[in-house]
Amino acid sequence: MPHSSSSVLPVGRYAYDAVDKNFLKERVAQFKEQVARRVSGALTEEEFKPLRLMNGLYLQLHAYMLRVAVPYGVLSASQLRTLAYIATRYDRGYGHFTTRQNIQFNWIKLEETPEILDILAETEMHAIQTSGNCIRNVTADQFAGAAADEVLDPRIYAEILRQWSTLHPEFTFLPRKFKIAISGSPKDRVAARFHDIGLMARQGEHGRPVFEVYVGGGLGRTPVVGSKLRDDLPEEDLIAYLEAILRVYNAFGRRDNIYKARIKILVQALGVDKFLEHVNAEFAAMDRAKYRLPDTLVEAIRARFGHPAFEPAGDAAQQLAQHRLADSAFSRWVDTNTHPHKQPGYIAVTVSCKPAGGIPGDVTSEQMTVLADLADTFSFGELRVTHLQNVVLGHVRQDKLYQVWQTLEQNGLGTANIGFITDIIACPGLDYCALANARSIPIAQKLSERFASATLQKEIGALRLNISGCINACGHHHAGHIGILGVDKRGQEAFQITLGGASDQDVVSIGQILGSALSEDETVDAVARIVDVYLARREPGEQFIQTCRRLGTAPFKDAAYAIA
Amino acid sequence: MPLLENGQLKEEIWQVAIEGEALPEGNVLVPLARLPEALGRNSDGALGVLLAPDEDVEALRIALPRLTAVQLTFPIFRDGRAFTQARALREHLHFKGVIRAAGHILPDQYEFLLRCGVTEVVVPEKTDVSVWERAHKAFTVAYQPSILNEAPEGVALRRYLSR
Repeated sequence: MPHSSSSVLPVGRYAYDAVDKNFLKERVAQFKEQVARRVSGALTEEEFKPLRLMNGLYLQLHAYMLRVAVPYGVLSASQLRTLAYIATRYDRGYGHFTTRQNIQFNWIKLEETPEILDILAETEMHAIQTSGNCIRNVTADQFAGAAADEVLDPRIYAEILRQWSTLHPEFTFLPRKFKIAISGSPKDRVAARFHDIGLMARQGEHGRPVFEVYVGGGLGRTPVVGSKLRDDLPEEDLIAYLEAILRVYNAFGRRDNIYKARIKILVQALGVDKFLEHVNAEFAAMDRAKYRLPDTLVEAIRARFGHPAFEPAGDAAQQLAQHRLADSAFSRWVDTNTHPHKQPGYIAVTVSCKPAGGIPGDVTSEQMTVLADLADTFSFGELRVTHLQNVVLGHVRQDKLYQVWQTLEQNGLGTANIGFITDIIACPGLDYCALANARSIPIAQKLSERFASATLQKEIGALRLNISGCINACGHHHAGHIGILGVDKRGQEAFQITLGGASDQDVVSIGQILGSALSEDETVDAVARIVDVYLARREPGEQFIQTCRRLGTAPFKDAAYAIA
Repeated sequence: MPLLENGQLKEEIWQVAIEGEALPEGNVLVPLARLPEALGRNSDGALGVLLAPDEDVEALRIALPRLTAVQLTFPIFRDGRAFTQARALREHLHFKGVIRAAGHILPDQYEFLLRCGVTEVVVPEKTDVSVWERAHKAFTVAYQPSILNEAPEGVALRRYLSR
């Protein structure tokens, strides 16, 4: 297996010290013992289940699935090589990037899991709290530390929250799972208001950040847009305030019905004002000094993050312009798959993991190795997994971009479709998942083929298409401009269409169901007709979601059910 | 059932009040509803309260100086409300007495219980103490403060765990 011997701090993520590494070893040893107790019968399957889930191990339809944590989505090249090795050695040669910026392996054997966790620990990785009724992987903006519009780096705080929530003694047996996202840019790229807690960081007075705190958002069976609890939470109170929210949730959240156990249901039941009263009462009663997050501590964490050593821009921008003039396919890819960088001469790249007809988020071992090599050569050894199931190379010099694209092209990773209709989010669905009602992957592949034409996609423009195989909404269908939900219709797989959801930018909304469920092929045709309505009736410069909001669902519904 | 305290099994010294019967002599644990009756009891025995998971620890505030123990309940090990109750008893009410945990509890939860302020766990007969001890000693550090006020270790919120 691959090894990293570099003593330089890893760019974009926290570098473990000896104590952190020892902690991971202790965690693996603990899990080995738990597996042994399960095998001996000392633990029942009911008792073992939450223990294995807290180590990211699910029992799916055909095999165990292991979900590996990628804190705030950031991976070092050496870590991605380790994941490639695991995919080859212990799985079937591929992995699947998830909407929580993690990666999961679908064909894992229980008895090999402790060994895999050992290997992960070697490169400072683990599967801790990627499942279970605890605080899950904290997600952050995929352009953190790179985006031109960034106010501050959210990853420092995501790391602080990751550490604080790790084996938290009070919050490891919550009513239900708990998801936190944090953005350091005024433009919300983390869907903060669709999280149990969403944090929007901005610069406060005296040079220290403050946080807007949203609570009770989420998708699933009951999609809810989160409510704002605080506008200006000081940095030093971040941990204390989150403790207060979690305590109220742990004490009062419902435990009699798992479908009503998320914090959003509690916030709705109490009303946000009453909920806030409870949180404020708890916060006021707390020993704030004990839970204080001093700026020295924040800076100590920041000091363990590596930073890219940027070079002067030189003529990088001019070279990129020349490359674009010379190659129109490259130029189209630059249009869709790059994001402005705050450093002159650099650019952030989103590598699409959604080729025409492919499985959204699936990447082979070979592709992982290619991406790791590209990161080492062109992006300071750092990559990010996005919550839209793509991979970001955060810091590419503009004059090297053409080379990066050529390598991506040669390896099936050069699809120019970021933000377009084929940049589909899809959950694993009934092909793997024990909860699913319908297969998400085949319909995603059909839609991806249907709209594969580069010209057509560009004509359609920004359109988010999200697919979930069941009401649990892992594919975030409610947040899609067009959402597709797999249902069971009298024993047959069928699909409902939702319209008008959005989780980005200024307006957050939940998609509305258009009508009764259709078959897979009917759904693909209905989506095509919905898109035709948009193309026919849009006003100049209007994006799909804007046309939906202006016209309402009626004309789209008529089109969707016109022939079917 | 025996009790686990500081890594040792020990004999039960409490009786639980029986519904519909007069309170016994000696050390007794009573449900919250019978606390007024128990406070008026004429006995040298110690008094403790059985707190249900949905009961607020605030209800004990006035009586707390007269209580020797509070017993918290896990109807099932997944129901973690007792963690918050224990921590609130220590942190908000500054309770210095015994906090017991009873019900369906896994050894894997032992360290969490201790760090939330529980001092005794009611365990099944013939419990293998070594499994609980291993759970207690599994980790050398934790990543957040707890009511045990462990010493800070290195960067961040890390704390040394007592072994």
